[in-house]
Amino acid sequence: MLEGILRSDGRKGIRNTLAVAYLVECAHHVAREIVQPYRDAGAQVIGFPGCYPNAYAQTMMERLCTHPNVGAVLLISLGCESFNRFQLEKTIAATGRPVETLVIQRAGGTRATIEAGRDWVAARLPELAAAPRVPMALSELVVGTVCGGSDGTSGITGNPAVGLAFDRLVEAGATCIFEETGELIGCEGIMSARAATPELGRELTASVEKAAAYYATLGYGSFAAGNAEGGLSSIEEKSMGAYAKSGKSPISGLIKPGDIPPKGGLYLMDVVPDGEVRFGFPNISDNAEIVEMMASGAHLTLFVTARGSVVGSALAPVIKICANPETYARLTEDMDVNAGRVLSGTPLAEVGDEIFDLTLEVANGRQTASESLGHAEFILTYKSFEPIGPACLPV
Amino acid sequence: MPPMTDQPITAGLLRLAVEDNVLVATGPLVPGATAINGGGEMHLREAVTLGHKVAARPIAKGEKILKYGVSIGSATEDIAAGQHVHVHNMQSDYTPTHVLNETATGGRDA
Repeated sequence: MLEGILRSDGRKGIRNTLAVAYLVECAHHVAREIVQPYRDAGAQVIGFPGCYPNAYAQTMMERLCTHPNVGAVLLISLGCESFNRFQLEKTIAATGRPVETLVIQRAGGTRATIEAGRDWVAARLPELAAAPRVPMALSELVVGTVCGGSDGTSGITGNPAVGLAFDRLVEAGATCIFEETGELIGCEGIMSARAATPELGRELTASVEKAAAYYATLGYGSFAAGNAEGGLSSIEEKSMGAYAKSGKSPISGLIKPGDIPPKGGLYLMDVVPDGEVRFGFPNISDNAEIVEMMASGAHLTLFVTARGSVVGSALAPVIKICANPETYARLTEDMDVNAGRVLSGTPLAEVGDEIFDLTLEVANGRQTASESLGHAEFILTYKSFEPIGPACLPV
Repeated sequence: MPPMTDQPITAGLLRLAVEDNVLVATGPLVPGATAINGGGEMHLREAVTLGHKVAARPIAKGEKILKYGVSIGSATEDIAAGQHVHVHNMQSDYTPTHVLNETATGGRDA
């Protein structure tokens, strides 16, 4: 049994973070300075850099500021940006969380806002630390998975090991989310055969076809130079490895960033925007994927890396699973799990069980490697989505 | 779905599915006779680094490259058994693969 912090919407958090959110890049420095003395005490910076309004960004910020791991929110506005801070504050306040908005242009500038912000944070942190823990079932846990810096080892060690852990989590009633439809190109047929209904299967196929068309317009696949250095030769080869993270469970639904899965099971997140290609690459780096997982309620993320990603995230712990044993030897302190030992005789199931056990320990408070190193990356950019169709969440 | 290795890996080369025409290096390999996990061996024609592929049999130009039992692209030239299979002799059937020439061989020639 896990322990969590009960929120007013019934969800439970595995951390009690105070989020300081800037609402335009012009307020980023002030937010960062407010958090600086309290980084190790549970305050984190999130935010949206754009000055132009965007429905996706508004929704993402609302979901993130009411994420079960977040206990209080301080909004930092410059004052003239287009982001609807009034609606965001109202949404947060409706959940019962402490929330305050500081507007730099009204508060007297940089120094005055930093001082007011630090006073507010200092007053809230002891309250958050004292929040009571309640029993939390595994069926209340939401786990995401991403991979980044993949190579020829990813599909043999780290990704299938996470697939085994996902199978155990789904069987225990948890909600598991995999994503990056641009890295499932070539897998749409075998993946759709696992859908709970034929209609959902068609939606899954369509989401990958949309990704293929989107990337074709951009002229690049979801493929970085380091992938080739590590032995991957094509997007479909990378896809087969990435797909293994999803395990073997039936697929219960298709969601888009910010949609909260309605019940336990395995979900695909469609991260590629709808409509014409507008704002550039769907996710400009791995952290954008982690942020979208969090917006859909993920309490933590299983991150498989082979070339060696070191990142974490601001609101939800990241468990780093290293697929490549040579990388693990070089970056041991940054990694939580050495999945590369499968290449020297360790059974895959042993690594899958280790990931499952570690997931529960981290949910119960154990720090991950990236948490202990202070990693708290966050990135959110422009996108546009249409709502999912009725076939995406079969009852 | 990759038919994952239920048997422990103890050899230099790994066959992920019976129909595959490429094998995966489980560590840095040098030219010469190399054991295949699960039985058999293969004569490697060139050195390859961890995670890279070698041809399990001769592959003709235009033929599909099979790994995990599925196509991961097409050969752009004839490939001999035991040769390194990578971006220099195969390509995606979907989108072009982005590489940096300085790193694409996995440091084999560096």
